[in-house]
Amino acid sequence: MQPSTGNAAPYRWDADPILLVEHLFMRFGGLVAVNDLSFNVGRGDITALIGPNGAGKTTVFNCITGFYKPSEGRLVLGHGRAPTPEEVATVTAHGERALVGSDAAVYLLERMPDYRVSGEAKVARTFQNIRLFTGMTVLENLMVAQHNALMSASGYSLKGLFGLPGWRAAQRTATEKAQYWLDKVGLTDRADDPAGDLPYGAQRRLEIARAMCSDPILLCLDEPAAGLNPRESLELNTLLRAIRAEHNTSILLIEHDMSVVMEISDHVVVLDYGTKIADGTPEAVRNDPRVIAAYLGVDEDAVEEVEAEIEAEIATGAQS
Amino acid sequence: MAVQLAESPPAATQPPATPPAQTTAADTNSAFGHALKDTLITGLIALGLLGPLVGFETVVRDTGAGSALGLAYRPVVVAVMVAIIMVGRLVLNLTVWSPNRVVKTRSGPSVFDRMGTAVGPVVKPALFAFAVAFPLLAAMLMGGLNESRYLIDLGILILTYVMLGWGLNIVVGLAGLLDLGYVAFYAVGAYTYALLATSAPINEFFSGLLGETFWANWAFWICLPIAGIFSGLWGMILGFPVLRLRGDYLAIVTLAFGEIIRLVLINWVDFTGGGAGIASIPRATFFGVPFTAGEDGFAALFGLEFNPMHRIIFLYFVILALALITAFATVRLRKLPVGRAWEALREDEIACRSLGINTTNTKLSAFATGAMFGGFAGCFFAVRAGFVSPESFTFDISAMILAIVVLGGMGSQIGVAVAAAVMLGGMEMLRNLGFLKQIFGNDFDPSLYRMLIFGFAMVAIMVWKPRGLVSTREPTIFLKERKAVSGDLVKEGHG
Repeated sequence: MQPSTGNAAPYRWDADPILLVEHLFMRFGGLVAVNDLSFNVGRGDITALIGPNGAGKTTVFNCITGFYKPSEGRLVLGHGRAPTPEEVATVTAHGERALVGSDAAVYLLERMPDYRVSGEAKVARTFQNIRLFTGMTVLENLMVAQHNALMSASGYSLKGLFGLPGWRAAQRTATEKAQYWLDKVGLTDRADDPAGDLPYGAQRRLEIARAMCSDPILLCLDEPAAGLNPRESLELNTLLRAIRAEHNTSILLIEHDMSVVMEISDHVVVLDYGTKIADGTPEAVRNDPRVIAAYLGVDEDAVEEVEAEIEAEIATGAQS
Repeated sequence: MAVQLAESPPAATQPPATPPAQTTAADTNSAFGHALKDTLITGLIALGLLGPLVGFETVVRDTGAGSALGLAYRPVVVAVMVAIIMVGRLVLNLTVWSPNRVVKTRSGPSVFDRMGTAVGPVVKPALFAFAVAFPLLAAMLMGGLNESRYLIDLGILILTYVMLGWGLNIVVGLAGLLDLGYVAFYAVGAYTYALLATSAPINEFFSGLLGETFWANWAFWICLPIAGIFSGLWGMILGFPVLRLRGDYLAIVTLAFGEIIRLVLINWVDFTGGGAGIASIPRATFFGVPFTAGEDGFAALFGLEFNPMHRIIFLYFVILALALITAFATVRLRKLPVGRAWEALREDEIACRSLGINTTNTKLSAFATGAMFGGFAGCFFAVRAGFVSPESFTFDISAMILAIVVLGGMGSQIGVAVAAAVMLGGMEMLRNLGFLKQIFGNDFDPSLYRMLIFGFAMVAIMVWKPRGLVSTREPTIFLKERKAVSGDLVKEGHG
């Protein structure tokens, strides 16, 4: 357990949250995929959302990024600083999507369509099964990610059609940014190759680079280490740490690879059957009996029993 | 290798060498037998099919009391066709389909692709130069302006379809939205010009202001942009409810919209003239100078002898310019964020939305841009023909344009141009199959087989080049080297 630094807010995710998930429900017909889920994502933290298969992790992601409209609940995203309860109450009461001030902005993500969540609220995401533009080159993928900025620079195509200098400068800046990210994920040599030709690990890195090209303040990664070999996992850890340290971007990730989760995350939220069963530092979560039970698949009460059984089996195995 | 052979005794090397040779011979024999058997079966099937279908011919017999309809049989034609099928099948069985054939594992680009990259840089300038010089070439070839009318008319027709193909290419090839009702926008453009140019109130308004002949002389040049904008507007109006659909559903609804526009044109008699259409639409002018024999006509102004072909050649250059504007705009748009968003939309719509791209607006912009070029082409159609009627805007035209886009290779400019030339030019060439009469006799009418041959050609292209004539995609931006993207990686879009 991390020692508490103050009485009121011991953890960063409570003191300075970037995203507040409040009483989130998602129902598909009779199935409750997410059941009264509340948690905070700290600004500058790497937060991991874990849980057994079918626990509702990706559903939560889809709600946060606007691909699903939650059945109930509130998703508050704060730019600049943590949103105050008064601000949140004002936005909620006025039925608006966002309250944008000079130094800070509050967005209610559940009220926004998916493209606004990424375009305005600056929440970028990657997908569990990689979704690259396979027929476009690596560089083009990164240029598409800067669509909104380039679109206004091209005067909604009018300036661009005549090749005015303002547009050309914007295009150059965008290419430089793409090059920076290519360099960061080690794909500079393959910039002119089609994205579909890249090996799997490189496609994962490219998807992260593409998401970062849209200048997110919160990056949501859906199983970024899936299908990676140990060396690639290690590189991923380094990349994610670098993103957090250098780019003022908080990270929320779904992951099954515990080496990634335990190594890099500051905060772990555990879901099981759509309900939160644990929320805390990696150490705290790792030792939580309910988490162990969820992963081993038994009732809460039977956890100790199962542990004893396993130990007994190991003992008998050693004897025979 | 030689050393090993010399060292090993001859008896030891012999046995392993012979059995493969024997089996190969046996394989060849059985393969030949199989091929023969297959050929015979195919011949029987062909005989069964062609015997009644091709063999019988209706003839008019003169039976003393008057002529009556009767049946005749033409065994020679059937025999020739069956023989062609059997020989073709045999050759295929022994070569391409032979079990002994070693399948070449292809590494890298195919012959076509390499050929494409080798001649690629030359093709565009060469085609452009040919298009510009075409009227002159036609006149020289046919020996006179008036004699070249047929060729130049064909050139105008081909260029109209090139332009329509390029316009539809934005919607289908770039944005991946299957639009089966593209002819609707062609019709909107044509009727916009026809209605505005023949409108009495507008004519009166301008004759009071700028002279009697002003509207007749300038209508085309004023209506051309209006027709494009109006078609684009209709593209948005139709697109808005349609674009939440995907794939097959989108295709069917666009097909229906194409038909709705045509049916409205037929039934709204007061406004559009109904099935009778609109006639005596003002002709194109040389920027206000009419192509007439009179004092203020084009010929008199330039000191030429009056010739009606001046107008036709001028029309040729107008449609060439319009088509080139379409191509230029498309090439330019592809390199802009909106064009990249269209292509990204074709690749993966969900990923687009996760990057903040408003997919509805992007689809609408593709639909409207494509429709706008269709409108320009429609306006040109009306001014060329001088007459519009709903008959000119049937589904056939949509299907033809779509076939051009698919054959040319979706998203490719040069492919679409070549496909349009091949489809329309080829169709016309097939009218001139007179030499076949020497084979099948004087009663044989080759033009009847035009569509059949055309169908075969289409199937052949789809078998060998399933992604169209130009199947690679040119990247819109590059760091070091422009590498074409293989068609296998490029998606076709799902609507």
